[in-house]
Amino acid sequence: MANPTSEHLHTKPTSRPIIATVILFGGLAVLVLSIGLSILYGAADIDFITIWHSLTQFDPSSTSHQIIRGLRIPRALAAALIGAGLAMSGTLMQGMTRNPLASPSIMGVTAGSSFMMAIALVVMPQASNFIMMLWAFVGAGIGVVIVFGIGSISKTGLTPVKLALAGTAVTALLSSLSNAIAIHFNVAKDISFWYAGGVSSVQWMHVQILAPVLLIGFVIALLLANSITVLNLGDDVAKGLGQRTFFVKFTGTLVVLLLTGAAVSVAGTIGFIGLVIPHITRFLVGVDYRWIVPCSAVLGALLLVIADTASRMINPPFETPVGTVTALVGVPFFLYLARREGRGM
Amino acid sequence: MKTRTVGTKRMLIVASILITVIIGTFLLNLNLGVVSISPINVLKTLFGQGSEQESMVLFHFRLPRIVIAILIGAAMAISGAILQSVTHNELADPGIIGINAGAGFAVVLYIYLFQNNMAEVSSLSVFLLPLTALSGALVAALLVYLISWKNGITPIRLILVGIGINSAFAALIIMFQLKMDPNDFTRATVWLSGDISGIDWTYVLALLPWVLILIPLAMYQSNVLNTLQLGDDIAKGLGTNVERHRLFLLLIAVALAGASVAVGGGIAFVGLVTPHLSKKLIGPNHILFLPITALMGALLLLVSDTIGRNILAPSEIPVGLVVSLVGGSYFIYLLMKS
Repeated sequence: MANPTSEHLHTKPTSRPIIATVILFGGLAVLVLSIGLSILYGAADIDFITIWHSLTQFDPSSTSHQIIRGLRIPRALAAALIGAGLAMSGTLMQGMTRNPLASPSIMGVTAGSSFMMAIALVVMPQASNFIMMLWAFVGAGIGVVIVFGIGSISKTGLTPVKLALAGTAVTALLSSLSNAIAIHFNVAKDISFWYAGGVSSVQWMHVQILAPVLLIGFVIALLLANSITVLNLGDDVAKGLGQRTFFVKFTGTLVVLLLTGAAVSVAGTIGFIGLVIPHITRFLVGVDYRWIVPCSAVLGALLLVIADTASRMINPPFETPVGTVTALVGVPFFLYLARREGRGM
Repeated sequence: MKTRTVGTKRMLIVASILITVIIGTFLLNLNLGVVSISPINVLKTLFGQGSEQESMVLFHFRLPRIVIAILIGAAMAISGAILQSVTHNELADPGIIGINAGAGFAVVLYIYLFQNNMAEVSSLSVFLLPLTALSGALVAALLVYLISWKNGITPIRLILVGIGINSAFAALIIMFQLKMDPNDFTRATVWLSGDISGIDWTYVLALLPWVLILIPLAMYQSNVLNTLQLGDDIAKGLGTNVERHRLFLLLIAVALAGASVAVGGGIAFVGLVTPHLSKKLIGPNHILFLPITALMGALLLLVSDTIGRNILAPSEIPVGLVVSLVGGSYFIYLLMKS
């Protein structure tokens, strides 16, 4: 890469394990730091010593200790988990479809989840978090089925542009339906929360549900990573190498639904992480999905933790929805992709 | 010449059918709802013979709303038709490529900066709002045009960039919306999803001049649109000043969308669906096809508003949501067909 003329040559797909290792461990270190910063910063002014005490010698009568343990720590952890989940979800989608625009928010997956959440709020308003998450999974599935259904019926297949358009249309359709439900059953306020997207009301029980789901998704994604690297060479090549492409894609899609559904059920629609992070990760670490999957998880977690902290700093003491912050980061990137990819689509 | 007259005849037939259906929907609209007025009483009331309650309901609540639905429907439809012809893009619609979102953002910003709350929009503001929305729509259109420019503009890049700009403005709208108090937040949400329920005659007066000037202006340009549709090279060969005409027509499209958003909020998909349908019915000649598109837009919005007002009564569904359901499904159908 140092040689300027090499850019004109056919660049061999490379993997950069050293950079990947650095990202993995350096990223984790920065992630811990930013989680600390996220816990430190907030509407109530709490100094570092108090935070330390709340961990080491918890005093139930102290408000500061309550805030730290009950609000800020679960919030920061949830942001990290959700960011990691959305990023991995986007990574798998882009890897399986070889489509640079594939990501949960563009493909209507998040819209599907929010739609089912709207229905759940009406049908069973007292449902537990776990049940809500099941609804979100089903919704994510519906979103994926519709978008891929459009692609498979269409004569020219699911091109990147068609994917973005189908996602836009499905999102418009499903969010109109959810809004109509919200207005009729008077749950607009509850639903607008999911549309704004955020981790401000996260509690420990959310983290307790998120963590195992994320772990399962992460492990399966890692097991699939090698197959996805091969799949990324094209379906025909993968089949020629003896891969059961349907099995890989099916399992991969299940993982995507699992990760996205869990994220949306807790934090609503947070866009663009699943689009931006996989691109950046591939740019940094190369083509090997065994490295891309864990690195994208770390970077996604980092992005959402920082975005969540920023969302509290923009307009204190009010919170800007974190989905807005990620959109403002993600849109320029999307525009860059649209300009670059505009040729081949 | 013969095909021309056949086309005109067909167009007149389609137009009269559409107008009949519009009048039918109009009467049905008045017949449904909390206060029902029978068709005969509507006519009586229109000629000043109705009861006091009926004329109050008719003239103060129903009629301005119906007129606005017709005006916005026609304006959005023509806006979409122009965008599609000028950019050679079947999928262009002011709601999809961010023009509505830009206009919406400008209005939210205006209300946030200059208005205490959304309920008491002063009558001066009613007339200033279309201008505000227009400036937002122009900024959005300019951004889309500039960012998708790379040795010319391909239809696909334009749409993708438009979707991106749309999300950016949507995010900005939420940012400012959250700084309003909760009541205004809800009101702004309803308005942004496309709502014409609180309409009175001032809004009609605010929108009317835009529609009355810009739609005939667009129709006057039918021949230019026909030439532009053939592609830039042929249009240039035929002696058309492509860039100048394109810019002028785009301005008309943006202004129509902006003024509609100022009054009715973000109503998407009207501009996408209606040009398709009327092209199917009447062919691509703009002289015939633009009037039909306008009528179809008016009808689509009127029907959607009638549905939205009654289907889940007593709660009203904003007209924009109904249109999105209809238009979104049609859009998906188009994608599957292509």
